[in-house]
Amino acid sequence: MKPIAFTLNGVARSVTVEEDRDLLWVLRDDLGFTGTKFGCGASFCGACTVLVDGKEVRSCVTPIRSVAGKKVVTVEGLAKGDKLTPVQEAFIEHVGFQCGYCTSGMVIGATALLAANPKPTREQIIRGLERHLCRCGAHQRVVAAVESAAQKMAGGKS
Amino acid sequence: MNRPEDEMIVPEGWGFVETIDRRDFLRLTSTGLLVVFAVKPPEGAMRPVWNFAEQQRTPPDFNAFLHIGANGRVTLLVGKIEMGQGIITGLPQIVAEELNVPLEMVDCVMGDTDLCPFDSGTFGSLSVWRLGPILHAAAAEARAVLVQLASEKLGVPVADLSVKDGVVVSKTDANKKATYGELAGGKKIERRFEGKAALDKVSEYTIIGKSYPRRDAVEKVTGKAMYAGDIAPPNAMHARIVRPPAHGASITAIDTSAAEKLPGVRIVKDGELVAVLHAHRDEADKALKLVKTTVTPSPNTLDHENIFAHLEEVAVEKRPAGAAGDVAAGEKAATQVVAAKYLKGYVAHSPMETHTAIAAVGADGRVTVWASTQTPYPLQTQVARALKFAPEKVRVITPFVGGGFGGKSANAQGVEAARLAVAAGVPVRVAWSRDEEFFYDTFDPAAVISIRAGLDASKRIVLWDNEITGAGGRGAGMFYDVPNHRTVTKGSWSGNQGAMHPFAVGPWRAPGANANVWARESHIDALAAKVGMDPVEFRLLNLQNPRMRRVLDACAKKFGWTPKPGPSKRGYGVAIGEDAGTYVANMAEVKVDAATGAIKVIRVVCAQDMGVVVNPEGAMQQMEGCIMMGLGYTLAEEARFKNGEVLDKNFGSYTLPKFSWMPKIETMLIDNPDLPSQGGGEPAIVSMGAVIANAVFDATGVRLTQLPMTPTRVKAALGKK
Repeated sequence: MKPIAFTLNGVARSVTVEEDRDLLWVLRDDLGFTGTKFGCGASFCGACTVLVDGKEVRSCVTPIRSVAGKKVVTVEGLAKGDKLTPVQEAFIEHVGFQCGYCTSGMVIGATALLAANPKPTREQIIRGLERHLCRCGAHQRVVAAVESAAQKMAGGKS
Repeated sequence: MNRPEDEMIVPEGWGFVETIDRRDFLRLTSTGLLVVFAVKPPEGAMRPVWNFAEQQRTPPDFNAFLHIGANGRVTLLVGKIEMGQGIITGLPQIVAEELNVPLEMVDCVMGDTDLCPFDSGTFGSLSVWRLGPILHAAAAEARAVLVQLASEKLGVPVADLSVKDGVVVSKTDANKKATYGELAGGKKIERRFEGKAALDKVSEYTIIGKSYPRRDAVEKVTGKAMYAGDIAPPNAMHARIVRPPAHGASITAIDTSAAEKLPGVRIVKDGELVAVLHAHRDEADKALKLVKTTVTPSPNTLDHENIFAHLEEVAVEKRPAGAAGDVAAGEKAATQVVAAKYLKGYVAHSPMETHTAIAAVGADGRVTVWASTQTPYPLQTQVARALKFAPEKVRVITPFVGGGFGGKSANAQGVEAARLAVAAGVPVRVAWSRDEEFFYDTFDPAAVISIRAGLDASKRIVLWDNEITGAGGRGAGMFYDVPNHRTVTKGSWSGNQGAMHPFAVGPWRAPGANANVWARESHIDALAAKVGMDPVEFRLLNLQNPRMRRVLDACAKKFGWTPKPGPSKRGYGVAIGEDAGTYVANMAEVKVDAATGAIKVIRVVCAQDMGVVVNPEGAMQQMEGCIMMGLGYTLAEEARFKNGEVLDKNFGSYTLPKFSWMPKIETMLIDNPDLPSQGGGEPAIVSMGAVIANAVFDATGVRLTQLPMTPTRVKAALGKK
């Protein structure tokens, strides 16, 4: 086993583990970052979504070796102290969650979506989040949250 | 409208719950005002059928309690749990209202068997509906005690005192005042709830009826919210359990030699329970794949196609579930009769969090189980029984639950974790994989519902003969004006007759009601079409119940319904229902793609009369959730199986509602301050099957009588037209 180095939420990390270990379980079991959830283990549900170099990936099917030298951001790495991101604030304001179990992945997915497309149409938001499942049925509020976050972020730039 | 007895959820383990030593409660609250709530609720607060606790050896004298400390903070302790439904905010609102304290002053401790009083579980939309009245009365009682103490302390008669924001003040001399904290602190006061204190008037509510933000919001969007799988005692190991491949199959030999060679793996056995343990979940997964089993295949020959004939064959014992008049007289009076049989398959709960638990044995020999469960107390008893421990040696703690929908009333994972933790001597975490979740789910059962209904010459329903196999009677109550009706059930939703089902079945959000309301409201629509009447006008012609009429009217107005007999080609549907004391009406607009058979739901409007609404936003979130979840069993969800094997093992083949399915959802709450709060977690889902089926009929002229209405079934039905 050779050390695998990457950045996690802005902090340099190195783990010495089997290189085919799943990123999800290294995060949860080895590093104690439990905000990222296990839902299906097969990339269908999106509960385990994290950012790798700014793009959303399913950590349950991502081997740890593939993040070597890259920047990994989990839901814990979004806020700066108590200062939440516009996406997180919008999820609170529009109540884009119920049980909250899909929420980490949903917030990460929305963050990636807005990073790639700061002014998405409603249709693009729906398509962008299609592979995130929510059993409680908060969909309408999630979409409203992403729309509102996009507006706020656009406003913040001007 | 009483539910038949078989509609009660009786989780395994409920019948033998032992009393927790009362000193355990009092130890935690050695000073301050403690109000103990009687299990016997105020008159009318709980129907006898639900007062099941009294028939059991359950704690005799409380089911929630309230503590006011020297700092003035109020702590509400309830055995309920938070799984997304929002009672972590709603229940404290009730307490804050009656105590006249700001909501921020009320803390809520939930689902911890050491700290909270007994509760049978969080299900049936009961929390606000049935626990609510007890909280109202107990908080009012606490306020009365505090005002009495203030009267003594300040030398002011009770009648001359008022309370605002947790401060008791003289009405005549504003300098004479005392805070709740000053009054309660340093004393040990215990009051048994007597239910005599006057409640706040609904018209004077300042906290109930306001949409306070959810208290779990920040934790949930930052990843800090803890679920059972996030609890990590030192040295905890993941367990993956060796499972049979099918229900009815048996494992005759297990070879773990290859798995044992992986570094860090431990094999732990407790009787038939064999598990591979590893500190890391993915490495435990890898080890499990190396375990070889010898299996005797399941003799079960049932599958998702032949199940309906099987159900009708084996479920023979009939139980009455409501009747009036005489169906033979109805047959005579009828000039037209419509008969149909409705079929519905098995539906999985599919919470995003699979059944998860972690168990640890403490230095004192007690076992603590952190579990994703709707029923922490029954789990405590199940664990105690499995371990042969006294119940007080078992503590169940319920962190946030990642969705339940009835499925987490069953707790096998908690018992597994506890047994393995004791056997292994280290804390053990059991988090079912998604295929275990599909395999061990207590599915919403398949059902066959036959309805024969007749109309007289004036288009009034004079006959309703309803036979329900597999769904029980919930939702089948007759609120239309039908002089001659009869409903019988054969087997409840808990599958209580012989070998009805090839695997476990159990409560699924509004158990049985989704099937029953779908069948009834589809059939009502078929009657309307038979006589060429608009489906709303037909319903109103046959419906006197003023509360239901009001809900239907409100929904029609919001939707912009204009009368037209079906099929009008507009793709409009209507359905109404009652659940948990709440009345609900849905209207929907759909488009059907004749080439593919795909149904696109464009719009759903839902009106709901649930009495006094504690948190309107919270209530509407539940309605929206019901509508989205309802699209699943209506359009796609059906667990497939063969020879005891559940063929759907993950979300690749078993499809949950997705963002692209989302219709425009509009909800409204009917103002009804005269009615105490009714249930809110389930009602809006019960009419989803019918509202879509009726809209599909309106669009195409074809009535589908099997759920889910998959593209294949829609195409086949259109082809037969």
